[in-house]
Amino acid sequence: MKEIAVIGIGITKFGELWEKSLRDIAVESAINCLEDAGTDRIDSINIGCMSSGLFIGQEHLASLIADYLGRLDIPSSRVESACASGGLAVRNACMEIATGVSDYALAIGVEKMTDVSIGKATYALATVADQDYEAFHGITFPGLYAMLARAHMERYGTTREQLAQVSVKNHYNGSMNPNAQFPFKITRDTVLNSTMIADPLRLLDCSPVTDGAAAVLLTTVEEAKKLKKHPLVVISGFGSAADAIALCHRKELTELMAVKKSVAKALKMAGKTIDDIDFAEVHDCFTIAEILVLESMGVIGPGKGGPATVDGYTALDGKFPVNPSGGLKSKGHPVGATGVAQIFELVNQLRGNSGKRQIPGVKTGLAQNMGGSGGSSVCHILEAK
Amino acid sequence: MVGIIGYGTQIPRYRIKVEEIAKVWGADAEALTQGLNLYEKSVPAPDEDCTTLSVGAAKNALARAGIDPALIGAVYVGSESHPYAVKPTGTIVSEALGICPYVHTADLEFSCKAGTEGMFIALHLVKTGVMKCALAIGADTSKGTPGDALEYSASAGAAAFIMGTENIVAELLDTHCYMTDTPDFWRRENARYPEHGGRFAGKPAYQKHVFGAVEAILEKTGMKPKDFDYLIFHQPNGKFPVQTAKQLGFTEAQYRYGLLTPTLGNTYSGSSPMGLAATLDEAGPDQLILLVSYGSGAGSDAFVFRTTKHLLKNRDMAPRVRKQLNEHLKYLEYGEYAKFRGKILKPE
Amino acid sequence: MNVPRHWRETPERYRMEAAKCRKCGKISFPARLICPACSNKVFDKTNLSGKGKLLTYTIIRTAPEGFEDIVPYAVGIVEMEEGVRVMGQITDCDLANLKTGDKLISKFRRMNEEGKTGLIMYSYKFVPDVGI
Repeated sequence: MKEIAVIGIGITKFGELWEKSLRDIAVESAINCLEDAGTDRIDSINIGCMSSGLFIGQEHLASLIADYLGRLDIPSSRVESACASGGLAVRNACMEIATGVSDYALAIGVEKMTDVSIGKATYALATVADQDYEAFHGITFPGLYAMLARAHMERYGTTREQLAQVSVKNHYNGSMNPNAQFPFKITRDTVLNSTMIADPLRLLDCSPVTDGAAAVLLTTVEEAKKLKKHPLVVISGFGSAADAIALCHRKELTELMAVKKSVAKALKMAGKTIDDIDFAEVHDCFTIAEILVLESMGVIGPGKGGPATVDGYTALDGKFPVNPSGGLKSKGHPVGATGVAQIFELVNQLRGNSGKRQIPGVKTGLAQNMGGSGGSSVCHILEAK
Repeated sequence: MVGIIGYGTQIPRYRIKVEEIAKVWGADAEALTQGLNLYEKSVPAPDEDCTTLSVGAAKNALARAGIDPALIGAVYVGSESHPYAVKPTGTIVSEALGICPYVHTADLEFSCKAGTEGMFIALHLVKTGVMKCALAIGADTSKGTPGDALEYSASAGAAAFIMGTENIVAELLDTHCYMTDTPDFWRRENARYPEHGGRFAGKPAYQKHVFGAVEAILEKTGMKPKDFDYLIFHQPNGKFPVQTAKQLGFTEAQYRYGLLTPTLGNTYSGSSPMGLAATLDEAGPDQLILLVSYGSGAGSDAFVFRTTKHLLKNRDMAPRVRKQLNEHLKYLEYGEYAKFRGKILKPE
Repeated sequence: MNVPRHWRETPERYRMEAAKCRKCGKISFPARLICPACSNKVFDKTNLSGKGKLLTYTIIRTAPEGFEDIVPYAVGIVEMEEGVRVMGQITDCDLANLKTGDKLISKFRRMNEEGKTGLIMYSYKFVPDVGI
């Protein structure tokens, strides 16, 4: 198996991009990525998108994007695993490189969510749940996490204030991210007084509806060493895992088994333990999700995620900084793009290019991208060499 | 021997008071409460309809009958508010109860008499030996025109009866019907609300048919009003059944258990069947019951039942009518009620 | 067109029909072709009693299409007497008083409709088990 390096990263502004279409932002992120890499060479296109069919009525993205990239000469594919589609596209690009099928593999994550009404967006997002046995009953995506939040609060005594702190922390980080949808700080009271969406989760516990795209270009370490444009960043481990998408079919409501398994696989592949990781970008689609992920990854013990967040353990200057980009909460969550955007942040941090939100001296980072309410999880471990 | 082997009811938890409706339409609430003996009515939740109430009532009847649903050979649902204009309610109910596929079903409609129509057919089918058991349900979620007199009474509820030949709780002694063509109330295809003949719905309609059926069955059975322990008439309001009962020589002691309209409203097809269920809740063994329905259009079905010792055995296997009528209630304001009943127009 | 899709779930939605593994006895709701506990492929039909207790829940205030008119409404995970967990709406309840551990019972209710002229979809929902 060949060693994998990330040589190019690109992103669009995240937000309500009224003037831009899905194909516009997908191609824009790819152009930015190739400019960053300093090469035009691509042997395969790997697209992650959750639901272009429901959001803009467009499937068959693989060929559409290949066409608008001007690259109808190479294989192009699109993968879907709900909100982990982007992470899965990166994983597929890794497989292309590792197996030697491609020497240069482009991964693009994209979602255009604002072309539909909020009711239709809520419906589209609820398709991550079991349609016949969850969504049929009127559950929403925030509703699923709200049920997990209630279970966690009742089992461990996690408080509303602790949940709010996740949002406050991520907005603080995101205030320094020019690409973020909401690049401003918020206070705990703002979170606690925001509109109730699905009890106990309020508006500012939820990541927003966002348009955006991100792209990364992968190649072999051997090829990367020839380019020398950027400090070398490698993907030393990746893992993906599944769990029942219906919450009622899970054994546990206070732990995300797919996250646990995907992280364990990636760590094993990288030959590391969680203690070797310096920082992480994790899937905080809701405040409770970040707490559940941290506990499921083994960064913090069960039930300790809330207090640790309040204590600053996961802050930018904390022992284990989490979501320096601002996370899904502040940066925005164009669902299919998120997994790729996490890699974008990791690479920038490992290159030392993150400006005001740079975490000093980081060598090893982890990206955890979740599908639905934990029905899938994709994890990547990146290292500066 | 044929009769009722299980009975059950379902009443929504929501209520609206007559004063609340009167307040909106500038009506004299006291005239309605005192004059018509009408205080509040049940309102179906947005997720309830004739079908769901039928299933709820029938499940309670099955619990009391203690039989395998598959033994039921026929399901009749009487209602003037079947959720589909074309497509049977009976198949949905049968499927939900686990009675399909070897079953005969029919949806019946005869204003407020559709419930006892089903009972009449079910009892006689079982009597002929065509089938072991048959289920008859009277259920409605009727609507009155906003501000009209019927808006104060049109309510929701269902009563279900399983007829059979074994472990009978109330044996059928006799039936008699009385029908004429009398247009006192109707609803045309695609009309949102029904129309009625006002005072014409009284003497030439309700009174004439109830009188006719009672007199005919008394003559046929050789019984007198005082022979009955209990009496149930159709109850479009709290005044008609009481007035008519007194005129025919019945007393309050006979009709009080079956009189539900003052706090339930008129459940249309469910009305007199619900009264019968409430009576069975209170009756002892070996007591005589006279049930007379009335449906506009117009006609009355009369039934004479005699309770048996089996009545007490399984009675507690399902909730009693007055428990459903008096517990776990939630009162609505007119705005919520109008929303629940689809009386607020939204763009399609 | 949701008709066949809804129709094929009739046994589950109308009467909570589940599948009991003939080998290990685990009950699956909805029915599966492979037992998640022992991988056996032979099952017997069994109807859930409808009784259970509330494990966790939420109150939906921003609803998906088709549910806008009933907000706020509760959705929860119910652990049934038989040990199976089922997600469903909790109706006929006072939202402010709802709590985990509450005893619930299933009722047959309207879930949704395909517009005012289309199919009416019925299903189980849960209500507080107050003996009514």
